Amino acid sequence: MGYAFSSGYAVLLVLFGVLPTLYAFFLAFTKNGAFVGVDNFARVFADYRFLPAVQHVALYLVIWLVLLVVVVVLLALIVHAIRARWLSASVRFLYFIPGALAGASSVMLWLFVLDPTVSPVSGLLRGLGLESFVQTVSVQNLPVVFTVIAFWTGAGGWIVIMYGALNNIPIEVMEASRIDGAGPIKTAWHIQIPLLRKWIAYMGIMSLAAGTQLFVEPRVLSQASKGVVAPDYSLNQLAYLYAFKQSDFNGSAAISLVLLVVAVALAALFVFRGGLFERD
Amino acid sequence: MSAIDAPRRPVTGFAPGRWVGRVVAFLVAGVFVLFFAIPIVWLILAPTKDARQLLIDAPFSFGSFGTIVDNWNALAGFQQGIVWTWLGNSALYSVSALAITLVVSIPAGYALALTDFKLRRPLLIVTLVVMLIPNTALVLPVFLEMSAVRLVGTPLAVILPFSFFPFGVYLTFIYFSTSVSADLLNAARIDGASELRVFAQIAMPLATPVIALVGFFNFTSNWNNYFLPFVMEPGNKSPIQVGLAELLSNVALFNPTSAGSVTIALPVLALATLVSVAPVLIIFLFSQRFLVTGMTAGGTKE
Repeated sequence: MGYAFSSGYAVLLVLFGVLPTLYAFFLAFTKNGAFVGVDNFARVFADYRFLPAVQHVALYLVIWLVLLVVVVVLLALIVHAIRARWLSASVRFLYFIPGALAGASSVMLWLFVLDPTVSPVSGLLRGLGLESFVQTVSVQNLPVVFTVIAFWTGAGGWIVIMYGALNNIPIEVMEASRIDGAGPIKTAWHIQIPLLRKWIAYMGIMSLAAGTQLFVEPRVLSQASKGVVAPDYSLNQLAYLYAFKQSDFNGSAAISLVLLVVAVALAALFVFRGGLFERD
Repeated sequence: MSAIDAPRRPVTGFAPGRWVGRVVAFLVAGVFVLFFAIPIVWLILAPTKDARQLLIDAPFSFGSFGTIVDNWNALAGFQQGIVWTWLGNSALYSVSALAITLVVSIPAGYALALTDFKLRRPLLIVTLVVMLIPNTALVLPVFLEMSAVRLVGTPLAVILPFSFFPFGVYLTFIYFSTSVSADLLNAARIDGASELRVFAQIAMPLATPVIALVGFFNFTSNWNNYFLPFVMEPGNKSPIQVGLAELLSNVALFNPTSAGSVTIALPVLALATLVSVAPVLIIFLFSQRFLVTGMTAGGTKE
């Protein structure tokens, strides 16, 4: 009976999880149906746009992950320490609500916020020496710009999750630490953060996996900035260009496969080593 | 332990260090409240102004209700009301996928939690791994597959991939394995109920909360998805998220090459952004508690 109940899902899993992966494998190692070994990979890696795209994504990831971990943990600890329940709940709610704007909508909103002529924080932008939209999205600012957008959309959800995890710390543990004379900073450093480790690892790994996939932010910014943001800024954009502009499905599959392998490896690492999910 | 042999430090009285710490903590929390809230407040106010007011007036000033109507008319008039087509497409794709997701995910989660079959464990582990892969990772492989079977450009090209929602199966699995006891189902089986009846008449009525939860997460992720429909559904088949980026190419400020053709004023673009997120934003506002339960569902194993 288990098979009957799970069959519909299993069919979708095969069609949209397993088959596309296998097909990408097939395409990545063939050309016109003939096996060509690693030729497609070699061609893509040698592309003059490939290395810069890797560097862009890597730089973005470093900035984004460091900021995410530090600020999310800090804010979760602060919000958790607020005693007034209504205040703590409202602050969490405000942090969380931008999560409703994902994808193109949040990038679109940030186009306005980043444009000094209409921005609600134009004073701040000018103070940073940014007088025009084109200046704000110049290449050296992009990793920070993408970090701000991703942080604005996604951090609230993680803060709520960390807050929940902080609530799960037994009250006796916190009590004991207080009686021992530890202040809030010592308690946070020696008790709370070590007990959050699994969740921090989860956040880090998931965000790393998602960050390697960078697509919609540079894509929309590229469209908005008259090409100041290159259309081949990230790896996924490059894979997209291979498929759509060069009709080179094999090259596109090769890049996608590299990204997919990274994502699967990170996910599997977490499922088997993270100990956060029920595998029974 | 040390609480016994070490003297307790008095925590009462005036402690300047502690007060400085509190003030700093409140400031940090407050700065981030502004960071998260300012763009949304601005977005809600922007469509009340016309293009000139948006540039000149204070950023948080309110224009007028009449201007909202003007901006809406400008948006609805763009390419003979294509914004309606985009919204209709979004609704069609999101809701159809939602229906299929519920029909396949709930029984699958039930089977993983409360029945026993040979492939149960492998299926569960594959589900977990796939659930943790960012959904953008499979977009181009799915596109290449769909293009091989010539489905690109049809509604099915997004509806079917949207319907594959391992996170929903996992949520259902967790729910059934923690909230519904196998004994209850066995009692019904002893009374002679068929497997289908056990599922339909005992498990399903208990599953309402998780159905709502899976429905919520699936709908919002479908509605907000950009990359998949962007590659699958060109032109007037696009959902609103992709349409929004299309509007952007018609904004004179961002794209001077479009001068001469129909242009979109900035407040109209802001209104379009607001409209594109409205359904999800409304659901978010009314179901916050709900969401938190879902997001922390993973961590049942401590």
